[in-house]
Amino acid sequence: MSSTAGPGEALDNRTGPLLDVRNLCVRFPGPREGRHRSWVHAVEDVSFTIERGRTLGLVGESGSGKSTIGNALTRLVQPTSGTVRLDGQDVLAARGARARELRRRIAMVFQDPYASLDPRRTVGATVREPLDVHRMLSGRAGRKRRAAELLDLVGLVPETAARYPHELSGGQRQRVSIARALAADPDLIILDESTASLDVSVQAQIMNLLRELQDELGLTYLFVSHDLAAVEHMSHHVVVMYLGRRMETGTTDHLYSRPAHPYTQALMSAVPDTDPATERNRERILLGGDPPSPLDPPSGCVFRTRCPLAAGECAEPVPKTAVSGDHDVWCVRTEESLSPERLRRFVH
Amino acid sequence: MNAPGFAVQDLTVVLGRGRRAARVVRGVSWSVEAGRTLGVVGESGSGKSMTVLASAGLLPPPATVTGSALLGGRDLLKLSRRELEGIRGRRLGFVFQDPMTSLNPLLTVERQITEGIEEHLGATRRAARDRARELLATVGIADPDRRLDAYPHQLSGGMRQRVMIAIALSCEPDVLVADEPTTALDVTTQAQILDLVRERQERMGMAVVWISHDLAVVGGLADDVVVMYGGQVVEQAPVETLHGAPAHPYTRGLLGARPVLGKRRDRLTAIPGTPPDPRALPPGCVFFDRCPVKGDPRCETEVPDLLEVGRRHYTRTFCPEDQ
Repeated sequence: MSSTAGPGEALDNRTGPLLDVRNLCVRFPGPREGRHRSWVHAVEDVSFTIERGRTLGLVGESGSGKSTIGNALTRLVQPTSGTVRLDGQDVLAARGARARELRRRIAMVFQDPYASLDPRRTVGATVREPLDVHRMLSGRAGRKRRAAELLDLVGLVPETAARYPHELSGGQRQRVSIARALAADPDLIILDESTASLDVSVQAQIMNLLRELQDELGLTYLFVSHDLAAVEHMSHHVVVMYLGRRMETGTTDHLYSRPAHPYTQALMSAVPDTDPATERNRERILLGGDPPSPLDPPSGCVFRTRCPLAAGECAEPVPKTAVSGDHDVWCVRTEESLSPERLRRFVH
Repeated sequence: MNAPGFAVQDLTVVLGRGRRAARVVRGVSWSVEAGRTLGVVGESGSGKSMTVLASAGLLPPPATVTGSALLGGRDLLKLSRRELEGIRGRRLGFVFQDPMTSLNPLLTVERQITEGIEEHLGATRRAARDRARELLATVGIADPDRRLDAYPHQLSGGMRQRVMIAIALSCEPDVLVADEPTTALDVTTQAQILDLVRERQERMGMAVVWISHDLAVVGGLADDVVVMYGGQVVEQAPVETLHGAPAHPYTRGLLGARPVLGKRRDRLTAIPGTPPDPRALPPGCVFFDRCPVKGDPRCETEVPDLLEVGRRHYTRTFCPEDQ
């Protein structure tokens, strides 16, 4: 697989995480005020790793920076600083053939299959394109056979290859996007709100398919979503983002059963409960107002302007606190947020 | 109040003509009383939005609408365009999914709210502005004076939807129709909006029709729920019954398809396939192709009636599930 890695490097990599992101910052130029240029702090100092064959869920609301992280990993946007390593190789510094090879190994599935498929290309041509780009499989017949295999893998009949996107339903289109992502035999797939625009019954089909493919092919996923229940269902580890920063990270089971950050708690309490009786009687943490502008984020904890537990100390830089072995939170008020009375509202 | 706030009866909508005609709504009936909330749930193409748009005369031709839509004893489908304009905005308020496309980008927030107040209630410009300021405050917008002069692009998504609600409530309508009003919003903002509508309804006692693809959102808000599929009502029940003892295989499928917070499962019970094409509907049960039950020989050939299976609980299937 890793033909571009040196022998020693390859040996080393098998034991480490597949993806290692450290201190990632992405800033976009904002409006100029006089001689001063302001910056949109889209992603600030984000680090995480993903083990081979596992799924990391990146959850947050609009403006949290979760999609920008996915775009930075595929170099659709240029990070301001930080490192991204895939199998130990520096993704951001790679050039030429090495960069192409790394790009082959990281695939992406976007939210809207209507917008991300070329309307003038048949499904077969769309799925074959990565094979052409990466010069995989010589010969037309071989590529056609591979495209048919891929369609079968995502649950589409072979005749779909001759169809155009407008002839397909939303769920079928998203299956085509997944087949295209699988074409070049990637290690990591970034799923950016890949089920968000689908109907509920079809969302379940796609989530089941993604998990089956992971089991069969040993794929590694970065599952980017605003949907807490979907993230819980899909992920082994979770990172909760707000305004470009990590608020809380941990194993899915631990983070969902013992949310330690007031923002995570507010997010969970905002998800409507499926049981109408519980829904009517429970207390909700309602956040006031809107998130602050990423052009001018608050000092210290960026959530403090809406946080029900905010205190004076929250304006100071926030250290990482361990809740337990694999569960960290960026909050100085965790003692309050983890009080039994508060937690009772969230834990099911 | 005993009189229903709003009711549609045997409503049918056909888009287009001839062989390409799409029967998007087929004989839909429901009603909601003053002070109560009806949830209308369905996936894309189920006809849930078409039903209310047609009942308010908001569908452009060549749509053919039959049946009736009753508001305060009058059938909206029999009114002239002028009469309808006097009712929409005045007695029937609307909030749609995307506030960016339903607000006018060229008018200030003030003008968009005062327009209806001046038109329907004959208020002066100044009185209308005062009322607009008051409305912004009641929908939870901080600093209403400043926001009155803002244009839609200067507001966040949640704030725009609050403005839409302020407009819809400005003439104290009898009925509020909300069509996926929180779908485009973040969950924490959605929670704020749900709370706001609940609180406003308690104070004003209006009837609310809440349209959504999400059974959970409707669960916390509605008194009764109608589930639509392929242009028909397939199940109708009080909200607790619908969630606790769903009878139609489609409703059961929908409830099982969503991952539930704090209850992890290895597989979601997906419904295979896709909803039917309204131009080529099956001859029998509209859910037949995707149904995991198919428990009766008539399923494929006969359209089941909407039958009562419990107290105020109706379902359109030959194979209602036992609780």
